[in-house]
Amino acid sequence: MSETPESDADTADTAAAAAAAVDAEEVRHVAELARVNLADDEVDRFAEEFADILDSFAALDEVPETERDEDLINVMRADEVREGLTQEEALANAAETEDGFFKGPKVS
Amino acid sequence: MAVDHNVFITEESIEGETAGPLAGRTIAVKDNLSTAGVRTTCGSEMLADYVPPYDATAVTRVTDAGATIVGKANMDEFGMGTTTETSAFGPTRNPADPERVPGGSSGGSAAAVAAGEADLALGSDTGGSVRCPAAFCGVVGIKPTYGLVSRYGLVAYANSLEQIGPIANTVEDAATLLDVIAGPDPHDGTTREAGADSDYAAAADGDVDGMTIGVVTELFDGADERVVETVEAAIADLEARGAETVEVSLPSLEYAVQAYYVIAMSEASSNLARFDGVRYGHRGESDGNWNESFAETREAFGAEVKRRILLGTYALSAGYHDAYYAKAQDARAWIKADFDDAFESVDAIASPTMPVLPFELGESLDDPLRMYLADANTTPVNLANLPAISVPAGTADGLPVGLQLVGPAFGEETIVRAASAVEDAL
Repeated sequence: MSETPESDADTADTAAAAAAAVDAEEVRHVAELARVNLADDEVDRFAEEFADILDSFAALDEVPETERDEDLINVMRADEVREGLTQEEALANAAETEDGFFKGPKVS
Repeated sequence: MAVDHNVFITEESIEGETAGPLAGRTIAVKDNLSTAGVRTTCGSEMLADYVPPYDATAVTRVTDAGATIVGKANMDEFGMGTTTETSAFGPTRNPADPERVPGGSSGGSAAAVAAGEADLALGSDTGGSVRCPAAFCGVVGIKPTYGLVSRYGLVAYANSLEQIGPIANTVEDAATLLDVIAGPDPHDGTTREAGADSDYAAAADGDVDGMTIGVVTELFDGADERVVETVEAAIADLEARGAETVEVSLPSLEYAVQAYYVIAMSEASSNLARFDGVRYGHRGESDGNWNESFAETREAFGAEVKRRILLGTYALSAGYHDAYYAKAQDARAWIKADFDDAFESVDAIASPTMPVLPFELGESLDDPLRMYLADANTTPVNLANLPAISVPAGTADGLPVGLQLVGPAFGEETIVRAASAVEDAL
């Protein structure tokens, strides 16, 4: 694992440069973006593993730019009322409900 | 039963119709396929108590065709793994050798068929998850062309790559099950008209006379010698039956594993955001705000799932998107073009399904990169949206070896035909 300063991490032009930037701080930052709490030992383990995995991904640097014209069409249907889940069915798996609604944590 | 292979997460009988092409047959269903009223865990703590209010289209089709579901099969958590060891419900053992893994992620499905606990099974294949366990357990598995089988009710991991596929003891049985589940579905806008009136089972006639099989040099390089010998012998059997073999080179395949993992992890990081603890699934105890509560709820994911969410988030984040995700999409387009070129001159493409023999239990769990690299031969097929089958090619050191045959898009009949010839020769 490299000691590359944080300042370089945001300007990585290639996968190889990015792979060199993974450390515990970077793992914590990404975990925060992804909203996944990690224990300290998970952070250390992931930092070590990610350096190897991203180093392997760096091989993608060698891939030439390739034309990507997909032969795709939109699949549309008439917007008609159809049968769906009942309110009771939709709420059946929720941890908490109130007056027929899902109840989530407070927003702020 | 002498050995408990831990095949099922939930053993539950769901009776099918009395008549139909699968009447009297039993089927194991991978636990990421929704079954109304029967819990569907995806091998995760997160969904340990989740009971879907509706059936996946593939589930409806197999019960309508007369099959009886006998259980929800064990799997790597959310399909993320090559060994079925990342399941929150413990690993499945390989019926061919209980000290070894059955492959993954549809390990419970393949092991159920291999152990005789079900006649047939449904799995899902995002980067090899039907073909790998079929190869490791010594049974047949098909990854259909993208868009042939409805994904409605399949809990998503990486939408652009995955298909539901059949697993069975014989090529004809697998093809029969594919006939049942294939075809358009208004609930999945990526399905095509193809497969509506299919008769893939009829193609299992063993007639490869005049067929041209491409042998991909890149997919033999680096494979275990014992695997290579077994697969080469099976290809020689095809030649003896009148098939012509030619060497083909697809240089893009060298980048398939990396491209696959970048794309699959990126899609997973977005897909798994749905597990917020509000609408379904586990919810953390936190009384903090939305973000704190969300982050705590998601502690319940296992290590491999967290690993992929984080790497996917990283690959998509500002500053890294062009280095990883855009490059991976270039590789995907290149791989598709390479296959298109190859199919100008060959009918099907052959390789080992897995470059290795089944791992021992615990052998690869602490080395994620090693586990990823084992998917070198299966991931190109998902990236190119193509169909492929894994058929037993024989054994090496007493362990099953699978031969993979890849066909052009919607060329399921060709690979079923070629695989049935491999089977006949064994």
